[in-house]
Amino acid sequence: MIEVSRLWKSYGPVDALRGIDLKIEKGEFLTVFGPNGAGKSTLLKILSTIIKPTSGKVNTDGIDISSANEDARRRIGVISHKAFLYGNLSAKENLLFFGRLYDLPDLEKRIDELLAEVGLAHRANDMVRTFSRGMLQRLTIARAIIHNPAIILLDEPYTGLDQHAARMLTNLLKKLHTEDKTIVMTTHDITNGLEISDRIVIQILGKIVFEDRSANQTVETFERVYFEKVGEGK
Amino acid sequence: MGNYLKKVFLIAGKDMRIEFRSKEKIYSMMLFSLLVMVIFNFAFEPGAEYIKDVAPGILWVAFIFAASLGLSRSFILEKEEDCMQGLMLSPLDRSGIYLGKVIGNFIFTMTIELLSLPFFALFFNLSLTAALPPLMIVIVLATFGFIAVGTLFSALSVGIRGGDMILPLLLFPMQVPVIIAAVKSTGMIMAGSGIEMYSQWLKLLIAFDIIFFVASFVIFEYLIEE
Amino acid sequence: MKEKLKDALALVTAVLVVSALYMVFVYAPADANMGNIQRIFYFHVSFAWTGFIAFFGTFVGSLMYLIRKKRFWDILAVSSAEIGIAFCLVVLTTGPIWARPVWGAWWTWDPRLVTFLILTFMFVAYMIVRGAIEEETKRGRFSAVIGIIAFLNVPLTYVANVMWRTIHPDVIRPDKIDLDPRMIHALFMSLSAITLLYVILLLRRMDLEGMRDRVAELKKKIMKEA
Repeated sequence: MIEVSRLWKSYGPVDALRGIDLKIEKGEFLTVFGPNGAGKSTLLKILSTIIKPTSGKVNTDGIDISSANEDARRRIGVISHKAFLYGNLSAKENLLFFGRLYDLPDLEKRIDELLAEVGLAHRANDMVRTFSRGMLQRLTIARAIIHNPAIILLDEPYTGLDQHAARMLTNLLKKLHTEDKTIVMTTHDITNGLEISDRIVIQILGKIVFEDRSANQTVETFERVYFEKVGEGK
Repeated sequence: MGNYLKKVFLIAGKDMRIEFRSKEKIYSMMLFSLLVMVIFNFAFEPGAEYIKDVAPGILWVAFIFAASLGLSRSFILEKEEDCMQGLMLSPLDRSGIYLGKVIGNFIFTMTIELLSLPFFALFFNLSLTAALPPLMIVIVLATFGFIAVGTLFSALSVGIRGGDMILPLLLFPMQVPVIIAAVKSTGMIMAGSGIEMYSQWLKLLIAFDIIFFVASFVIFEYLIEE
Repeated sequence: MKEKLKDALALVTAVLVVSALYMVFVYAPADANMGNIQRIFYFHVSFAWTGFIAFFGTFVGSLMYLIRKKRFWDILAVSSAEIGIAFCLVVLTTGPIWARPVWGAWWTWDPRLVTFLILTFMFVAYMIVRGAIEEETKRGRFSAVIGIIAFLNVPLTYVANVMWRTIHPDVIRPDKIDLDPRMIHALFMSLSAITLLYVILLLRRMDLEGMRDRVAELKKKIMKEA
């Protein structure tokens, strides 16, 4: 479970987040929609301990991430539109490197399983720089879940993916969702975002302005709400 | 502690593997180091005897230039595909990232310097065999100091636009004490002086190494955390 | 009220500067050996000392900014750095003017002069880095790192240059000058005048930076409304 309370982040005179309150249940899939500059990435980076908030609190399963962020980091996996992978290392070497940073036991076995799961077993020893965008994204997922995190954070994961790769990503996320992981995703892809999540929020100018269960919305109704809200924000 | 160091070496090892695999950086640094030696040679009369007096200076200019070329690439590796964030997400303390990068850069730069040394002896008709052990001490101490600050500034320069142009502006003035100490002691070693002649210079290098390693080690976290 | 205090301080500074000018050019006797040229020394020393204090101000501001993350400390650091650079330029100009007739050369590699030169280079790089970063907190963080590291390098640069010189004893060193008491009075007067000048410039420069922030804020507000 993630509890965010009165989260505020300022960059000098610019307020990226202006008091975010969120409660995400264990096993829940939450999608945060919002236009560019809404502070979605900032929110995710604070949840992943990369950025420190100016004020406010984040608790993951009762652990305050600002005080014990090394423990918190072991429980978090991050997938972004950037891969966090080295082009001049092979797929396997990349996973070995990141896996070792998490002190994982039986790493080799875990990597073989993961590569099979994301359909890259046949490319295990190829340099990552030779991978297509879709393959890179699949390897990114393997990297993000290598330490079997309870919480998965996704920052615009659909950016730069073609339809086929996007479909594969959706399927992988659905599978992770069934494994009882807590997932928070930011996106402006309404169709994909609405389809896989349990709950949706719209964030504009650093504030949550709308919240609903995904089941209550269709793509059409939600699109209307979204553009209405974005229009108000401007 | 053991676990911490294990991960530090993991990062250093990863850097070495990448650089030795692509070889692009090795070749450029090596070639650059040799070019500096050759180009500087043209600043002096051919065959002039005093070339031996300026040789230590040329050697260190070659080393420092080649090293700063390497440093400018060090964090670009982490910037492409945002690997820095991947490192920051891991349960390793921020200082461990710095330490790993320092060790990687240090070993890498030392390799280039040791490979350039025979060419230096060749170009300037010097016999370095006798001078090699004390010279190694100077090279290790000076290179470490250079890399300790250089790694911090390298992390800084990738974060700003036009950073590769700014890096030398930060690095060279910082390295004045290192350059003076390294050039002076190298000159004395090559002239056959005993350690009592240049021990003061070694002390200065050690002081530089300690001060800037500790300072950079502590500051790194503040640099990369928003 | 605070403004009034600053105005009063500016007035006191003006009075002190005028008195210092009087004491330097009229009250103090001409030097027995160097003649009138020696009078440059009063301001040279005062600007050097205060320039150093200014960089120390940047060091303190930088350190505090990294710890507290308050814009005030960043403003202090940059304001002090700018004044420091200006004062150092005075030092680096008056130095050679004095050196030419006295030592027979415009530039001598005097350790103090070199240290100021290197320090000026470092802080010009500091300003370049600031100019290359748009985002306020990042600019503060990055430049603070440079402000701290550059200042830590001052003692080492100085020591290295002193050692470098003592190994070359053939260079002329200024003989110890026996100062007439009136000369000491003149020195203290100009020292206090320039120190106060630094303080008032710093306060004004910090106000200016605060106003810039305010203007940027208002601009943003107007853009949003439009």
